[in-house]
Amino acid sequence: MSNQEKEPILSAKNLKLLTEPLGRNNPITVQVLGICSALAVTVKLKPALVMALSVMIVTGFSNLIIASLRKFIPDRIRIIVQLVVIATMVILVDQFLKAYVFDVSKQLSVFVGLIITNCIIMGRLEAFAMANKPWPSFLDGIGNGAGYGLILVIVAFFRELLGSGTIFGYPVLERLGIYGTGYENNGMTILPPMALIIVGLIIWVQRSRDKSLVEKK
Amino acid sequence: MDFLRKKIDKLKPQFTKGGKFEKLQSVFEGFEAFLFVSDKVTSKGSHIRDSIDLKRTMTVVIIALVPALLFGCYNTGLQHFRSVGTDPALFQAFWFGFIKLLPLIIVSYVVGLGIEFIAAQIRGHEINEGYLVTGLLIPLIMPIDVPLWMLALAVAFSVILGKEVFGGTGMNVFNPALLARAFIFFSYPGWMTGDNVWTEGLTKGVNVIDGYSGATPLSMLATGDVSNLPSFMQMFVGTIPGSVGETSVIAILIGAAILLITGVGSWKIMLSVFAGGIGMGLLLNAVSVNEYMELPFYYHLAMGGFAFGAVFMATDPVSGAQTERGKWIYGFLIGVLSVLIRVLNPAYPEGVMLAILLMNVFAPLIDYYVVQANIKRRLKRAKVTLNTGVK
Repeated sequence: MSNQEKEPILSAKNLKLLTEPLGRNNPITVQVLGICSALAVTVKLKPALVMALSVMIVTGFSNLIIASLRKFIPDRIRIIVQLVVIATMVILVDQFLKAYVFDVSKQLSVFVGLIITNCIIMGRLEAFAMANKPWPSFLDGIGNGAGYGLILVIVAFFRELLGSGTIFGYPVLERLGIYGTGYENNGMTILPPMALIIVGLIIWVQRSRDKSLVEKK
Repeated sequence: MDFLRKKIDKLKPQFTKGGKFEKLQSVFEGFEAFLFVSDKVTSKGSHIRDSIDLKRTMTVVIIALVPALLFGCYNTGLQHFRSVGTDPALFQAFWFGFIKLLPLIIVSYVVGLGIEFIAAQIRGHEINEGYLVTGLLIPLIMPIDVPLWMLALAVAFSVILGKEVFGGTGMNVFNPALLARAFIFFSYPGWMTGDNVWTEGLTKGVNVIDGYSGATPLSMLATGDVSNLPSFMQMFVGTIPGSVGETSVIAILIGAAILLITGVGSWKIMLSVFAGGIGMGLLLNAVSVNEYMELPFYYHLAMGGFAFGAVFMATDPVSGAQTERGKWIYGFLIGVLSVLIRVLNPAYPEGVMLAILLMNVFAPLIDYYVVQANIKRRLKRAKVTLNTGVK
């Protein structure tokens, strides 16, 4: 016990908790969780980024709280307790967004509230926070939130650039004079199916670079 | 011929394993098989040999497409000259259309075959002929004025994401040609809907005479402009604006005859698509609460891409239903849905493309239930004989 307490705050093991969800254990591209909101909020970069940060905060802190409480939560009602914690965090985030970035909050509309139902958060609580100490759990939550956010931002980057010709609202393609050559914005990237296709392409790239992710036949 | 054979034999060692151009093996084989019959023979087991292989099947479909292609060239020219107010001679119109259509065909083949060749090299497969038909179908279902880069992008999209990711020729879920059209339809709706894109030159608006409308019958109906509708005969012959190959029902029927006589296309699918369209048309006639529904049911068969879709798209042996009873259901639902989407959904004036793509998704499910029903029926029969045996 005393041996473990001496472990540095960011030991190799803890660092791995943080970085692995960004790559080979990504919640979206490897575990295929949280797809629904990835399709809904990625039309523009700004809401996608805000959503990514919100989910990161919710996963991180609900992991922290549940991990601290894990010894006192009766097993039979653990799901309800987890939900209460997540819901509290989501309401806090929602109120914060309404107070400081109202326009983005309006764009995200129902999807902030729906973070409660995001499978990634519940999954991390069940799989990690219920069995680990608060600090590693917090890192795990932040890592998974960031892994989710990373994909969200990548998808939103392509959808905004190809669908609207802008990056963070700045008209890049117009400034570069690309429209003069007859180029037009691709309307399909604004529709949800294209988000799914882009997620699929990311999975394709990831799997061709890391063969260990490919299922054996 | 001897000269070619010698040349190829001389080059061959360089393309086999260990040779200089090992990576291009399948390209070499593709060309060799194109010029000569492949010299590969199977070494074990018994095989059924049939001279109708993939290459011959594809060639028959290409031949069947020729009437629609020729008429498409003529009609493209005819519509253009009408829009500027002149009356062209037959050959003049044909030549004009041919020159305008050629870039579309070239782009479609260069991009599509290019991707197929690269994919075959990466996988080490031999090159398939699957794209030969798709490459000709795509220009025929495009508006003549579609920008070439859009066409190239759509072809790349449909070949990579519609075909190669599923494993190449024969493994695709969707009809690749329709996927290319759907890509442009949803990505650049301005180039796939409206009244201007179907006639060459109308988008630029040069020298267009007053009173010429490039509207297709379907877009007229979608906007409720029933009085200007061309006559049934005009639609049947095909001297109306529309996608390049879809306008003439006569040309398509010649193609259908070729497909049916050679047995390449399924008569069950063709017949049931038309039956579904007629059935739905009659049903809407019976309801008839607006002018579109009152339209005589046989108009639907001649308008837009209905006939073209039924003959060349629905009969695609890869993405369609495989079981014989399944083909009836598959085709009938395509016909029903096409007319349904046309009449009841004003956002999509043409329903054939969406109906076929939708039924492509359901084709494996239909097949599954047909096969299961067959298994159940035969099991039942087996049980009955068992019972009588006990008696």
